[in-house]
Amino acid sequence: MGWSVDTHWPEWTMLESGKPEVAIIDYGMGNLFSIKRACESVGLKVCTTFQKQEILSAKAVILPGVGAFGDAIDTLRKLDLIQVLQEVALSTKPFIGICLGMHLLMDESQEFGSHKGLGIIKGCVIRFDNFQEVSGKRLKVPHVGWNRIYKKNNSNRDLWSNSILEGLTDGEFMYFVHSFYVKPDDPKLILSTSEYGNIELCSSLQYRNIIACQFHPERSGLRGLHIYRNLASIILARSNNFGGDK
Amino acid sequence: MPRTVNTIRIIPRLDIKGPNLVKGIHMEGLRVLGKPERFARYYYENGADELIYVDVVASLYGRNSLLDIIEKTSRETFIPLTVGGGLRTIDDIKAVLRAGADKVSLNTAAIQRPELIQEVSRKFGSSTILISIEAIKMPDGSYEAYTDNGREKTGMNVFDWALRAVELGAGEIMITSIDREGTGKGFDLELTKKISESVPIPVIAHGGAGTIAHIYDVINEGKADSVSIASIIHYNYVKECEIEDDFSGEGNIEYLRNRSSFSRIHDTTIMKTKEYLTQHGLECRYPLAGVDNA
Repeated sequence: MGWSVDTHWPEWTMLESGKPEVAIIDYGMGNLFSIKRACESVGLKVCTTFQKQEILSAKAVILPGVGAFGDAIDTLRKLDLIQVLQEVALSTKPFIGICLGMHLLMDESQEFGSHKGLGIIKGCVIRFDNFQEVSGKRLKVPHVGWNRIYKKNNSNRDLWSNSILEGLTDGEFMYFVHSFYVKPDDPKLILSTSEYGNIELCSSLQYRNIIACQFHPERSGLRGLHIYRNLASIILARSNNFGGDK
Repeated sequence: MPRTVNTIRIIPRLDIKGPNLVKGIHMEGLRVLGKPERFARYYYENGADELIYVDVVASLYGRNSLLDIIEKTSRETFIPLTVGGGLRTIDDIKAVLRAGADKVSLNTAAIQRPELIQEVSRKFGSSTILISIEAIKMPDGSYEAYTDNGREKTGMNVFDWALRAVELGAGEIMITSIDREGTGKGFDLELTKKISESVPIPVIAHGGAGTIAHIYDVINEGKADSVSIASIIHYNYVKECEIEDDFSGEGNIEYLRNRSSFSRIHDTTIMKTKEYLTQHGLECRYPLAGVDNA
């Protein structure tokens, strides 16, 4: 795929040469192209790659993914990316997991047997109960479609300010496709929750430089692109602050 | 206060022949309506929850000219795009996903070789695969699955096939009533309800919307999880917006010349549809507050 440049947002045009570079991990799972286009539409320079050097030299890393947890971890292992991603997690650069990419950050998953994850976030990945009935209707799994994300109001400060969700309204609709969801051990990491059936699930989380969401902001219309724009601001701020750490 | 159980998706379906968006009655006598990517963009901006493209000719002549349209569409719309029509192999599927589709819709190829569902769901994930089932009601009241837009008989019972597809790893089912498709007479509620209640995965109803009330009925009574609509919104767009597309010689453009709408179909917009559904107590992504000032 290589590098590509596309600018829609005027504020980025002056940064043409200094655009932050984002590495999207290409390990054969899921649609990288929609993520790539969302990044490009907010002026981010994108590289889809599985090369260690490109990943480590990027200003931010996105781990996408659709499909089975076990296959995904196996593929990451074959590509020798486990350690690389753990290294990125320990750095200061933004590291974003989307959907299955979010699940992979956890300790382990119950998806078709038990699998070990990247162990970056303490917690596990669990499946929706397929036989749950809500108002006389069986809960459909996978959960496919638009659902609201809610602020977790367990503290006085606004969790969403300075996060990827800054500027969004509580209860905003995002697009979801999944059968599993994460349960972080530390509930304080939860940035937003969503409800499906009578389950309240963690729909996004943040831990230091690590950001993850269950929904697909790149498929969530203009409000989803707003998240990418926030992400671009975060990446730019980080790379300005930490760019000269030689 | 009960929150979301399931948010209904309204999914415009765009049937494509060559470079054009087409629509027909019982999939015969195709009418050319315009450039699909323009309709797609318009629907995206007007609250569509997803989009479905179906190459209606590919399955008949083995032609697949969709990639260009997919690529253009995925550059300007940021909602899920499902693509179907003539996809037979893993390579075909890979090609449309690489062009920017998020999911594929399979019918003929899956019926001919059901293991394909398993292969695709293993490789790309269940959520990438939507099984499209075309149903025709038999004189004895049963429903039989057809392929090639209702032209080819399979001898398979619709409900048996749906359950088999789920077992093999399908992520969603789109059920089309060939009897109702393009007629504006309303959805086949019996068919939709029976499918939706028998499978654990989401079901998209298609075929027959003539009024907004029909859409409400197929959700409320037909238990559909989502609804795919075509004529009812296409005709509105054609009527409201001046179409200055250059038609490159394919299909029948007589329809556009006389602008005569099909009488049973009371055209509407996605916004009006969602307004109605919301007023009648159904949950959908509406109002789209703030969408324009993101």
